[in-house]
Amino acid sequence: MTIASTTQQICFAVLSLTLVVGAFGVVLLPNIVYSAFLLGGVFLSVAGLYLLLNASFVAAAQILVYVGAVNVLILFAIMLVNKREDLSAIPGLAVRRLLSALVCAGLFVLLVRVAFTTPWALPGPASIGEEATARIGEHLFSDYLLPFELASVLLLMAMIGAIVLARRDVFASDVITGEPADQGLLEKARTPLLTSKP
Amino acid sequence: MVNSLDLQASFEATLEGLGLSPGAAHLLWLPLPMVLVLVAAVVGVLVNVWLERKISAAVQQRIGPEYAGALGILQPMADGLKLLFKEDIIPARADGLLFTLGPVLVLVPVILSWLVVPFGQTMLISNVGIGIFLWIALSSIQPIGLLMSGYASNNKYSLLGGLRAAAQSISYEIPLALAVLAIVMMSNSLSTVDIVNQQTGAGILSWNIWRQPVGFVIFWICALAECERLPFDLPEAEEELVAGYQTEYAGMKFALFYLGSYINLVLSALLVSVLYLGGWSFPIPVEWLAGWLGQPLDAAPVQVITASLGIVMTVLKAYLLVFFAILLRWTVPRVRIDQLLDLGWKFLLPIALVNLLVTAGLKLAFPGVFGG
Repeated sequence: MTIASTTQQICFAVLSLTLVVGAFGVVLLPNIVYSAFLLGGVFLSVAGLYLLLNASFVAAAQILVYVGAVNVLILFAIMLVNKREDLSAIPGLAVRRLLSALVCAGLFVLLVRVAFTTPWALPGPASIGEEATARIGEHLFSDYLLPFELASVLLLMAMIGAIVLARRDVFASDVITGEPADQGLLEKARTPLLTSKP
Repeated sequence: MVNSLDLQASFEATLEGLGLSPGAAHLLWLPLPMVLVLVAAVVGVLVNVWLERKISAAVQQRIGPEYAGALGILQPMADGLKLLFKEDIIPARADGLLFTLGPVLVLVPVILSWLVVPFGQTMLISNVGIGIFLWIALSSIQPIGLLMSGYASNNKYSLLGGLRAAAQSISYEIPLALAVLAIVMMSNSLSTVDIVNQQTGAGILSWNIWRQPVGFVIFWICALAECERLPFDLPEAEEELVAGYQTEYAGMKFALFYLGSYINLVLSALLVSVLYLGGWSFPIPVEWLAGWLGQPLDAAPVQVITASLGIVMTVLKAYLLVFFAILLRWTVPRVRIDQLLDLGWKFLLPIALVNLLVTAGLKLAFPGVFGG
């Protein structure tokens, strides 16, 4: 066995281990902040697996999009509503957990079955290494043009939705209190909720 | 340029001459450039800290450090040793694990990015094909470390400082990436070596700064904002605010932030010189110089001289930019957070987009000049 293949196997084992353990941590840890940080670790391990598959552009894009954008946004959302209190007890939590565990286990069994019954062509297609960037670009502008454009439309919709939600002054009246909205001020003082009580 | 100094080949050939197998020779070679670049990065920081102190002093008509070594040249060492011996404090009720991991996550991506900084045709750790994109991807990990240390400090100033730092880092990454994209479009490659090679040919006239003046300014502003240098050092703002996400940090953990920000400054300056100032190339092409002197380029002494000249030129350009960054620190007043975000989103982003569009148009119109 050459040094390169040994290194590759060790890297694969370490990355898979961090991936699986991290993913379990994301789901099982009660502290949501830890879950979010572990999610970043999981994304990084996936990027490492892409690197092992000689897909360096995909790996870098994975880090840029998932770690640098998605995970940071999740962390922002968590930290802006930073509450260090435990969630209130939900009735029938044990049954809910059992049910979701059953669904997940069923999905896992299904995926394992698919993975073992699919006739994989081994060895797979040869990696094109550094040419991958150019090849991905060609695909994005030819046969994958429609999915690419649809994804951008989806992002545009999400962006407009976020702007509408964030900027109350685009509405004629306040969504919550029903009063006519003050067009001049972005952050106007809300009427306190408890004014009617003595 | 085939005829350039290839240290790897000669090193491995020497070892194989001593009776080692090619695999073992390669294994012995692998750690050498990594250690060398790591040492270069740290020494670069020491020089940077000394320059910062001396130039700041000169700007304010002081003398600056002068007792530690000649001209105070050992002052950064003294600073580093002081930080090393300080007590390592983790505040009560802080999250110890995340508190420790935060500074590491800020430092490691910056050091990893040195992977793609070329000092010569073959003088970089790895000429990866995605080159400059790797740097952009790695620098997007940093905000997570900032958020982590801000959250784990259990201090509202730290949390707000971390959120601010992450917001700043994210907003300036987009115009930065667009400015890089214009360069990549001209050189048809993401690799840093190819980007420099595309700028050789006519010496100083073929550097990208003449073809991308707007991109150069955008990139430099964004790089300063990413490094949290004045006028964009809002997360720290040592004279006005508590130090943001660094408030609770002391000793070596604080030193990691300090080291990270200075390594990042040197790295950004190096990348500006690679992207816009022709990297390792001399203002007059070395091929012309060798031709005038009647020396063959593939002779060993000439190769050593051109390679050293390349390293000197890269470092010289980078430290010239560091000098400008330090001068800017004492020239420009700090912006407010709303001005900062306005500048990033409402000014730099549209300008960068227009720059990209104009570059694409010019590339189609003049493929000879703007890379066909």
